[in-house]
Amino acid sequence: MSMDRQESVKKLFTAQSAKVETNKGDAYYDELYDKCQNRLKELEKLQPLNNRMDFRESIEEEGIERRDFLKWASATTAMLMLPASFTPLVAQAAVLMNRVPVIWIELQDCAGNSEALLRSDGPQIDEIILDIISLEFHETLQAASGHQAEKQMDEAAEHFHGKYLLCVEGAIPMGMNGQYGTIGAKAETFHDHLLRMSEGAAAVVAIGSCATYGGIPAAAPNPTDAVGVMDVVKGKPVINIPACPANPSNMVGVILHYVLTGSIPELDSLLRPKFAFGYRIHDNCERRAHFDAGEYVEEWGDEGAKNNFCLYKVGCKGPMTFNNCSIIRYNEGVNWPIGVGRGCIGCSEPDFWDKYAYERPMSDANIKAPTGGVEKTVDEFGLGLLTAAGIGIGIHAAASAIAGKRVDKGES
Amino acid sequence: MESVDSKGYHKTDRSGKKHIIVDPITRIEGHLRIEAVIDKDNTIVDAFSSSTMFRGIETILKGRDPRDCGLMAMRICGVCTGTHYQRSIEAVEDAFDITIPKNARLVRNLIQGALYIHDHLVHFYHLHALDFVDVVAATKADPYLTAVEAAKWGKVAGVAPYISDPNEFKVIQERIIKFVKEGRLGIFGNGYWGNDHYELTPEQNLIGVAHYLKALDIQRDMAKMQAIFGGKNPHPQSIVVGGVTCVQDIKNPARISLYQQLLKDSTDFVKRAYLPDIYMAGTMYAKEATDTDATYKGVGGTGGGILSYMTYGDFRLDDTGFYNSATLFPSGLVLDGDISKVFEVEQEKITEDVTHSWYEGTGAPEHPYEGTTIPKFTGLEKKEDGYSYLKTDEKYSWIKSPLYDGKKVEVGPLARMVVGYAKGDKRIKKYVGNFLKRSGLPLTVLFSTVGRTAARAIETELMCDAMKEWVGELAKNAAMGDLSTWTEFDFDSVSVDTKGVGLAEAPRGSLGHWVKIKDGKVENYQAVVPSTWNAGPRGPNGEMGAYEASLIGTKVANPEEPLEIIRTIHSFDPCIACAVHVVDTKGKELAVYKVDPTCAF
Repeated sequence: MSMDRQESVKKLFTAQSAKVETNKGDAYYDELYDKCQNRLKELEKLQPLNNRMDFRESIEEEGIERRDFLKWASATTAMLMLPASFTPLVAQAAVLMNRVPVIWIELQDCAGNSEALLRSDGPQIDEIILDIISLEFHETLQAASGHQAEKQMDEAAEHFHGKYLLCVEGAIPMGMNGQYGTIGAKAETFHDHLLRMSEGAAAVVAIGSCATYGGIPAAAPNPTDAVGVMDVVKGKPVINIPACPANPSNMVGVILHYVLTGSIPELDSLLRPKFAFGYRIHDNCERRAHFDAGEYVEEWGDEGAKNNFCLYKVGCKGPMTFNNCSIIRYNEGVNWPIGVGRGCIGCSEPDFWDKYAYERPMSDANIKAPTGGVEKTVDEFGLGLLTAAGIGIGIHAAASAIAGKRVDKGES
Repeated sequence: MESVDSKGYHKTDRSGKKHIIVDPITRIEGHLRIEAVIDKDNTIVDAFSSSTMFRGIETILKGRDPRDCGLMAMRICGVCTGTHYQRSIEAVEDAFDITIPKNARLVRNLIQGALYIHDHLVHFYHLHALDFVDVVAATKADPYLTAVEAAKWGKVAGVAPYISDPNEFKVIQERIIKFVKEGRLGIFGNGYWGNDHYELTPEQNLIGVAHYLKALDIQRDMAKMQAIFGGKNPHPQSIVVGGVTCVQDIKNPARISLYQQLLKDSTDFVKRAYLPDIYMAGTMYAKEATDTDATYKGVGGTGGGILSYMTYGDFRLDDTGFYNSATLFPSGLVLDGDISKVFEVEQEKITEDVTHSWYEGTGAPEHPYEGTTIPKFTGLEKKEDGYSYLKTDEKYSWIKSPLYDGKKVEVGPLARMVVGYAKGDKRIKKYVGNFLKRSGLPLTVLFSTVGRTAARAIETELMCDAMKEWVGELAKNAAMGDLSTWTEFDFDSVSVDTKGVGLAEAPRGSLGHWVKIKDGKVENYQAVVPSTWNAGPRGPNGEMGAYEASLIGTKVANPEEPLEIIRTIHSFDPCIACAVHVVDTKGKELAVYKVDPTCAF
């Protein structure tokens, strides 16, 4: 069923990696600029939903420093891979975000992405709830329970039919006719619930690795036949924001991009926004210099660990993983997995639980590389090749090249 | 004659009792359904707790390398995430007989400690407070009198109030007024605002709302504390079998002092906002907390429940290794509300029963090492109008029913405080004693919904103070040149045939991970989590779990608004995805997509 589609999407991805075109030329950006301007003019005519405070007002009235706000807008402009000239438009879009309703539902999840959203610092969560995003429904934060909560959700879906963004957290269990997950007094299955709620959505945003590719419930042997949103929702734009949890900056970035342009951001073949997933962790890693110098942590707590050497030999999957966490990090930039000496587990890639999430190098784990190629040990592979400038670790490129020559033996 | 009502209750049974379905229970982690039966006086006479989602994480762990389990077991929950991570790693360390270095113990305590205070704070303000605080009523408050009121509760707690400036209350109130002025309220929409069982004055409500917003800020700082040594939050990444990986964060004094600063700010909020708010709520809801008529066993107050409490103990205070070292929270059992006796916990006496759970039984309840879980979904009873009801005489939840020596017990902060107090633990007696003295309430008040909520706040203050000691100890140890973070072991020899258990506490209560290892792979894996103990369905002989028992006797002001039901259920801080994560691959439906997990490794 849907597995085939996921596989083919993955193959597409690995055959042609999601490298971002960072510069599309003046003509492109001029046109986009005009489009955004018109879009924002239209939005400005609308009243804030739910009587949210006009955020512009709140910036001025409540002592949120205008300068800080512009700093944030300029950083966000860069994150969205737009020229600096877009900064005023991004700032304007941020104050108009409360014109776009958001409904957030939870399926086969652990609430980790909701928790991550709570940690959002730009903008902060109290601003998100009260002023910025018109959050119509969110199970973890919602005041009402039971049928009042259901009513709130149904009314929002009806009232904003065709306009709202549906954020989905969690996978969808397909086994046993969907009975592994039900919600509400009528015990609607997650599958039916998702279809019903996505029907009136302008776009569906799958947040976190479970909603995108099935995540932990879909790890082998996938006991509940869990799948991601894109395997269930058809005929609607679907945006994937993987990672476990997704970075709140990317969640806000996607919503902001929609407000700014009226359309979804440019996506890679796995439906991930290129602005966030156009980079490999490895490309911007703070320990990259040690990789290039051939300096590795060999085991936990050794001299290499004390000197922040490269974590590749203790299992870092940064070279195979596309995400912007080496740039934006977590918890207001306080740290990130590589900072803490553990290495990347590849959580924004499909099937990472079965392919990446362990603490040994790929060569020692006796598994196939994501491309289907078999990797040799770092040493056999040749440190000379690995340290060659321009190709980074080389595994991605090399494995991609040999992928086509190998007979694919299937999923395992 | 059964009839369906379009209001908060959906059917009336033959004896004239109304059945209320509350699904979804919001402001929790996971998917939970409560069905309550009320009599003609609106008093709850029966209650059923059911989880409606599962994933199968234990099955996913089977066949994998035990060193990898922590990262995956952590994803059992996105809230108490680091707790599952540690228990899983510790279960493997127990199996391999590894003692971790001092730095690793302290770092784990600091990650876990930050998780506790973060979790408790978010729980009280963002998941629970709206059951006590009426947001809409706050708009009617006088900001000047609000400041006077805040000073009053600060005085009770022996501190200056967190917000003392009337203008600050005014600004916050104006923000709220704009928000609720008219029309749709977003996530605050359709709340039970104006319900008769909201007891706070408008000024007290405004204090609650103001702190709700401040706490959104403070919790980000608490999460940063975990990220300093954990890499990120949720889902930290620095714990490995044998120790921790964050050498540079231990080495660098700037990192430690950042932790200290964030802890200081957090402690300040806990002492000057959280605790005064608990004194305020405790006093205003004291009648409820002492109403012995509204209890299952006639002791305590509304929401008391089964009155038997268990804790495994947590936070190792020395380096003598597993289950030998002193702990911040002592382990023990108090049965039937009798605090004159404390029993020792023996993990061999823990079993899980599936009489009322959607799994096939193998006869007697099973110990987790031998646990089997074969799904047997028997469905819900469907009515013509689409409403579904639990088949409460049969199986009705994905949560199993854990038993200690054949008995149901409650776990959580209340259990930790009660057991510690009964055991005469000096530190716990001091913090609980302070609370009772300042609030002027008797000890039995703890056996209630309000008491459960108060115990969590008492514990938060205690934790903040203990963490200050630990971070000081870590700084001192690192300054003396000890940078050891990992204990080496020979994986091939220790992982041949062994088993181990990670037994400690999560913010919500006793959490155990049991692992059996053979030839370097996981042979069997079972987790028995806090919400399984509290939210489980009936036991083999109809024994009620803590959620179910705690609802009995509660009077519902307005059956269309299940405020009292969610208030009591929220007092447990439900974490339901944690509680449901078991399924075996033997089920026919499952076999179709079965992939040998060892292939992937």
